[in-house]
This record gives sequence, structure tokens and C-alpha cells, in this order.
Amino acid sequence: MQISLTVNGHDHTLDVPENTLLVDVIREHLKLTGTHVGCDTSQCGACTVHLDGRGVKSCTVLAAQVDGSNVTTIEGIGSTENLHPMQQAFRDCHALQCGFCTPGMIMSAIDLVENVGVQTNQEVREGLEGNICRCTGYHNIVQAVLQVARAGTDQTQEN
Amino acid sequence: MYQFNYHKPTSVEEAQALFKAVEDGMFLAGGQTLIPTLKQRLAAPTDVIDLSGIAELSGIEVRDDRVSVGAFTRHADVADSAEIRRVLPVLSALAGQIGDGQVRNRGTLGGSVANSDPAADYPAAVVALGATVYTASRSISADDYFKDLFETALEPGEILSRIEFQCPTRAAYRKFPNPASRYATVGVLVADFSGDIRVGVTGAGPCAFRATALEEVLREQLSVEAVETVEVPDAGFNSDLHASAEYRAHLVKVMTKRAVADLLKA
Ligand SMILES: Cc1cc2nc3c(=O)[nH]c(=O)nc-3n(C[C@H](O)[C@H](O)[C@H](O)COP(=O)(O)OP(=O)(O)OC[C@H]3O[C@@H](n4cnc5c(N)ncnc54)[C@H](O)[C@@H]3O)c2cc1C
Ligand code: FES
Ligand code: FES
Repeated sequence: MQISLTVNGHDHTLDVPENTLLVDVIREHLKLTGTHVGCDTSQCGACTVHLDGRGVKSCTVLAAQVDGSNVTTIEGIGSTENLHPMQQAFRDCHALQCGFCTPGMIMSAIDLVENVGVQTNQEVREGLEGNICRCTGYHNIVQAVLQVARAGTDQTQEN
Repeated sequence: MYQFNYHKPTSVEEAQALFKAVEDGMFLAGGQTLIPTLKQRLAAPTDVIDLSGIAELSGIEVRDDRVSVGAFTRHADVADSAEIRRVLPVLSALAGQIGDGQVRNRGTLGGSVANSDPAADYPAAVVALGATVYTASRSISADDYFKDLFETALEPGEILSRIEFQCPTRAAYRKFPNPASRYATVGVLVADFSGDIRVGVTGAGPCAFRATALEEVLREQLSVEAVETVEVPDAGFNSDLHASAEYRAHLVKVMTKRAVADLLKA
């Protein structure tokens, strides 16, 4: 079947089998391999992307369901020269070791700061319940998210 | 995942006609249960009928002491709805505890209640808030809706269109979440309708039910101590690697006490 998607600002029209997952369109068809598949059973969040601005597990969405939607992947938020503030915060706080969970963590973290408005350690931990990391132990990830969340508030306070 | 045909009807009528016309159809809502099921090949429909294009399944409406929520309303929208928070805050709080943020951004009320997973959260609200489940052709009262493990009063091909909840004077929901999935090992919703108490339990048995013995005692005296006097037998309760039936019976009391304590604080 034919589907149309806007991915990271670019329009794509693709011909895919009906049972194609969104994550497979992203990785196999568009070759955007920053989005990872960790579990393929809706548990780990490594495949998190933004669908019309909100975090979803792209291994648990059919491409057919999101025909006409706007998708943002980790490749769409910043570049090596110009990191997104969340990417910069993960770097500053040493919030990754192997990096496998990181694209999903960052996409969830951006949704949490921009749409949920997390401010406290507890809120960030609860907000990241859908993302599993097997190596950093979460502490530095939470610090990175709080750094961005609080920078947002500090700026408003200063202005 | 096996290959299937995909359809996206724009009305309930069209969806039901499709269901009749195809060999082995299944409805798809948020996909947070169905897609993992298809991947594990536990279901192999010839045709998947996506309900996301049907406008009449959406919408939140508050009328007097009732809230009607469309089947296709996502968990995150129930959690964030200013209207529901105002008249039925317990439902928003419950929806905000389902799974994780990504699951809440996709999963829907209708999908959860049609599926009737024994550990799902919404069914506790359906029974405790005296809800009415609407389909295109009829209404089903909460007390008649949940039948058994993954079994409800819905007929094959019948689409759940909306659920109407009654707003209690005050209510509270407490669950003991499975630490990995957040599904309710046991969840209890206690609702006070001007002295008439309803207690909805999920996670403990094959499907959600009202704990009538607890309701009777709490109608006499709405207190944490009153819960202590009730025996909760574990006959027929679920037993799995997460919790034995005996432990679930214990949790029913503990979660009821916590919910009553919250309700009295509110
Ligand atoms: C990691 C994870 C954690 C979760 N944690 C929880 C939790 O803590 N608590 C909880 O309650 N749930 C939890 N869930 C389940 C989640 O809430 C699902 O969204 C929900 O059970 C199904 O809703 P859905 O819209 O995704 O339905 P789908 O998966 O699309 O459909 C589920 C079933 O319902 C049928 N169906 C859907 N809509 C209708 C309708 N309108 N009429 C008739 N039949 C219909 C479908 O045919 C299918 O059989 C979790 C899921 C995941 C993946
Ligand atoms: S790969 Fe999608 S949740 Fe793990
Ligand atoms: S950094 Fe290795 S899994 Fe998270």
C-alpha cells in the first residue's frame, strides 16, 4: 500500500506491505538508523520517535496507521556541529555509556520537557518509565533531563 | 507478523460491514495490545480494521453528573483533559498511571475495555463508577459487561463506541503496579456516591468485579479500620509468577485501605 509521511521535515511517499512497522520504514526504507530496536516487544523505548510531536514506540505502530503524519527521529533534532540542548545535556552529564538506549531516551526526554513540563527528579523518573537503559544506572540521565528542564525555567525567571 | 489486509473505515457502519465481509477481521485502536499480539503471532487476522478514522468514536462530553468518553480517546488525553479533571479527577489520575508515557500517547479507552486484560486499570473505573458501555446498537451496564478472562459482553464484530461514567461525590484509585509493565497486580477504586459506596477491583480475578462485602462494610462506616474487619477470600483469584492468589487477596485489602485513606483526605 502507499503511504505518505513527513519525516524530519522531508516528505516521503512509500510503497510498503500492510504489516510494515513504523520503525521499519524509518530504519529500512529511509535508512535513518539512529532509531534503535531494543526489544521489539513494546518494553524498552529504544525505538521512541515523535509522532505529531508526542513520543511513541515506533515498534508498536503500523506505518499504515500514521499515513499523513509528521514524524521526528533523533536525526531530526540536531546535528554533530549543532547539538540539540538535550543532546548537549546528555554529553555534559555523561548520561550514556554504550549509547544504545540514548536516541529513545532523548526523544522521550524532549517530549517530557516540552509537553509534560517535568521539573523534579521524581517526575523525570516517572516520565522515563517507558525507556530502559542497561548501563548508566539512570542517575546521570535524570540529571541531564533536569538540566534542560531547569534551564528553561531559569531563562524565564531571568527575563 | 503475518501479512494482512488493512482497512481504515470512516464510520462505525462501514467498519461493521467490513468486519462481516472479510474472512477473519480484527479491529485496531491504539495498537498497544494488538500489535504486540500480532508480532507474537498469537492472533493472525486476515484483515485489520483501523478505527482511527472514525470521528464519532472521539470526544469527551460532560452532562450533569455524568461524563461520556469516546472509545478512541487516548489515555494521555483522559489524563490531561481539563474537563475530566474538573468533574471526575479519579479517572484522569487512573489514566495517568497506565503503562508509560509512550503507551499513553497511543492506547485508547475502548481498546482497554474491549480487551479486558485482567490487569488493566480502566475496568476498575468502569465497575466502580457505575458506567454504561455503549455500542452502535445497545447499552450495557457495567455490572453485566465483564464476563471472564479477556471476555466481555461484546459480540464478535461489535464496536464499543463510548463509555458513560457517573461522577461520585469523591473517589480514589490505588494500584500495586507490576514494577516492569505498570499493569495492576491489584488495583482498587473506591467511590462514594453520597454514602452509597462502590468498590471496583482489577488485577485480582479473571476480570474486574465489585467487592460487595467491602462495599457493605464501608457503607456502614467509611474508614480504613472498617476494611480490616472484612475477609477477602482468594478463591478464583489469579496466581502467576508475579503474585499468588493469596497475596492478591491481601493486596485487595491493602489497596482498598489506601484508596479509602486518600478519599477521606480529599
Ligand atoms: C508496555 C505496556 C505497558 C502497559 N501497561 C498498562 C497498564 O499499566 N495498565 C493498563 O490498563 N494497560 C496497560 N497497557 C495496555 C494499554 O493500555 C493498551 O493501550 C490497551 O490495553 C489497549 O488499547 P489500544 O487502544 O492500544 O487497543 P488495541 O491494541 O488496538 O486493541 C486491543 C483489542 O481491543 C479491540 N478493540 C479496540 N478498540 C475497540 C472498540 N472500540 N470496539 C471493540 N473492540 C475494540 C481490538 O480488536 C483488540 O482485540 C500496557 C501496554 C504496553 C505495551
Ligand atoms: S524496540 Fe520498541 S519498545 Fe523496545
Ligand atoms: S547507555 Fe547503554 S543502554 Fe543506556
